[in-house]
Amino acid sequence: MQKPIGITSKLLFQLPILISVLGVFYEKNSGTGSDTPPLSASFFQQSLPPVSGFNSFSDTTLLPSSFGFGRPATQAEIDKLDIDVRPDGKGLPTGSGISSRGKLIFDAKCVACHGAGGIGGPNGSLVTTTADAKEKRPEKTIGNYWPYATTVFDYIRRAMPFNAPGSLTNEEVYHLTAYLLNANKLIDEKTVIDAKSLPKVVMPAQKLFIPDDRKGGPEVK
Amino acid sequence: MKNKLIQISQFTEKISRRKLLGGAATAAVAIVQTANGQTIQKAIPQAALADDDPTKKMGIPPGEIGTRSSFEKLIKDPSATSSRSPLQDIYGTITPSDLHFERNHGGVPAIDPNKHELLIHGLVEKPLIFKVADLKRFPSVSRIAFLECSGNFRSGKEALRPQDICGLTSQSEWTGVKLSTIFREAGVKPNATWFLAEGGDATVMTRSIPVKKGWDDAILAYAQNGEALRPEQGYPVRLFLPGWEGNTSVKWLRRLELSDQPFMTREETSKYTEGVNGKVRQFSFDMDARSIITYPSYPQHVEKGWIEIRGIAWSGRGKVVKVEVSTDAGKSWHSANLQDPILDKAHTVFRHLWQWKGEETEILSRVTDETGYVQPTLKQLVEARGETVGYHFNPITAWQIKRDGSVLFKPETFR
Repeated sequence: MQKPIGITSKLLFQLPILISVLGVFYEKNSGTGSDTPPLSASFFQQSLPPVSGFNSFSDTTLLPSSFGFGRPATQAEIDKLDIDVRPDGKGLPTGSGISSRGKLIFDAKCVACHGAGGIGGPNGSLVTTTADAKEKRPEKTIGNYWPYATTVFDYIRRAMPFNAPGSLTNEEVYHLTAYLLNANKLIDEKTVIDAKSLPKVVMPAQKLFIPDDRKGGPEVK
Repeated sequence: MKNKLIQISQFTEKISRRKLLGGAATAAVAIVQTANGQTIQKAIPQAALADDDPTKKMGIPPGEIGTRSSFEKLIKDPSATSSRSPLQDIYGTITPSDLHFERNHGGVPAIDPNKHELLIHGLVEKPLIFKVADLKRFPSVSRIAFLECSGNFRSGKEALRPQDICGLTSQSEWTGVKLSTIFREAGVKPNATWFLAEGGDATVMTRSIPVKKGWDDAILAYAQNGEALRPEQGYPVRLFLPGWEGNTSVKWLRRLELSDQPFMTREETSKYTEGVNGKVRQFSFDMDARSIITYPSYPQHVEKGWIEIRGIAWSGRGKVVKVEVSTDAGKSWHSANLQDPILDKAHTVFRHLWQWKGEETEILSRVTDETGYVQPTLKQLVEARGETVGYHFNPITAWQIKRDGSVLFKPETFR
């Protein structure tokens, strides 16, 4: 019984190698490999040249232009989930907010984590203080570290308050955004924050941001 | 042992061994073969047997799932936001799934895979919604690769284990569908340069990812080490970006939106960015090469004589090509043995045999990856960045070997 088992396991051992060799071949010829831009449908409908002895793989050598899995998304389905806001304001909803209204919401729902006036709470300050400037390593806040005002709206809406995420109305999020921008002295207390004005708020930290320039190789960056 | 044991009497379940043996002074009867081939029955006196001899009682019958020995105390080290892998207790390169490090931003959500859906929309020809079962129908791919949090460096005291210093790295075999397959299915438009990956957790966590990574090697993973993803790892489906900082591999994935610019989400602006010479470096995706000796390390003790120094090395930019070990505090370096297979963007085991004569010394490791990057010292990193803390710190780690055999981390400070 020893020998047949030995031969079988040897074959089994070689099979993955053969498959991986075929895999490389398949990748090169079918365009499924890395760094491949979308190609025309007709390209994918071509089958590969036959590989001797492995006709059993022929069912996998045809990559269709579409598998037809999943279902088309309706606009209503997209709108339900599409909550992101870009720096250019794309995605901001209708509505508006002002700082004084935002303070009322903040005091009710946010102070426990972020402190009175957005300073010194257990989950981190949101507002820069004059004392911060003297610190060797000032706490990162919306005023001194966040590069885009739109991110304030986006993040509050998707994740806050911590104990009831996603529970705020768009109007409430606009009010809170106005309050936090005003508390950081980035807008005055009368500024109305809406889809038009929010992307225009200039954030002091934006000029500090640089893209990653590490590229491997011998240099330490 | 002169006599070779060739057979122990077989019992059916109905007749217990104890019943058969009765209360006689003889604890066991075995058929043994003597050195000259003679078969005899040999009695073993009761006194020679330990009470807990596992060969003298029936074991636990086969079970539905495997268990870890109660003698093995492998535990992660949780904080409010993360939990660290016990690197010093793990052998080889695959992290047991229940010990894979964890980092989340709003807890682990409970998701019903039959209800979960993934939407792809934005700059695509066909916005599509996939059930998890739909994703599993596409051609699949498996890949062994590490996953590491970019905030994976702790220092400050001697009593730190590898788990404490850099336990936010783990390795698995991930299985799923290539994101490029889904990109083709939806027809990603040529002007799409970034995509948003959004999770279905309490923070609806988001990161912007260059579309190129999606075509290159991104995976929508639904399995890890042969089974469905663990909830802590993004069940039922996560993005997996080989070699990139962990938080970009968004878990509990519910939405992909193709765009012509990054979305500048909270995590990629105010959080996973690092100060560099007065500026803030952003979209620092690649994990630089790193290594750490996991044995011997704190809190282990060593004895004089031969010690196999063991550890792991990895690079987010490709393969590990060399690991060097120093046993004299960095004065001289020896090339360590690397365990095959050496995989792209994967933890690689290294070993170096060392004879310790009892002297006080420091042992260190440093990795070189295929781009020619050599793991830097903390001093080099601090000098290059003008910062002593931040993300993407991957310094050489030194262990102090004391005369009494204790092993302590060597914390370093600059400025």
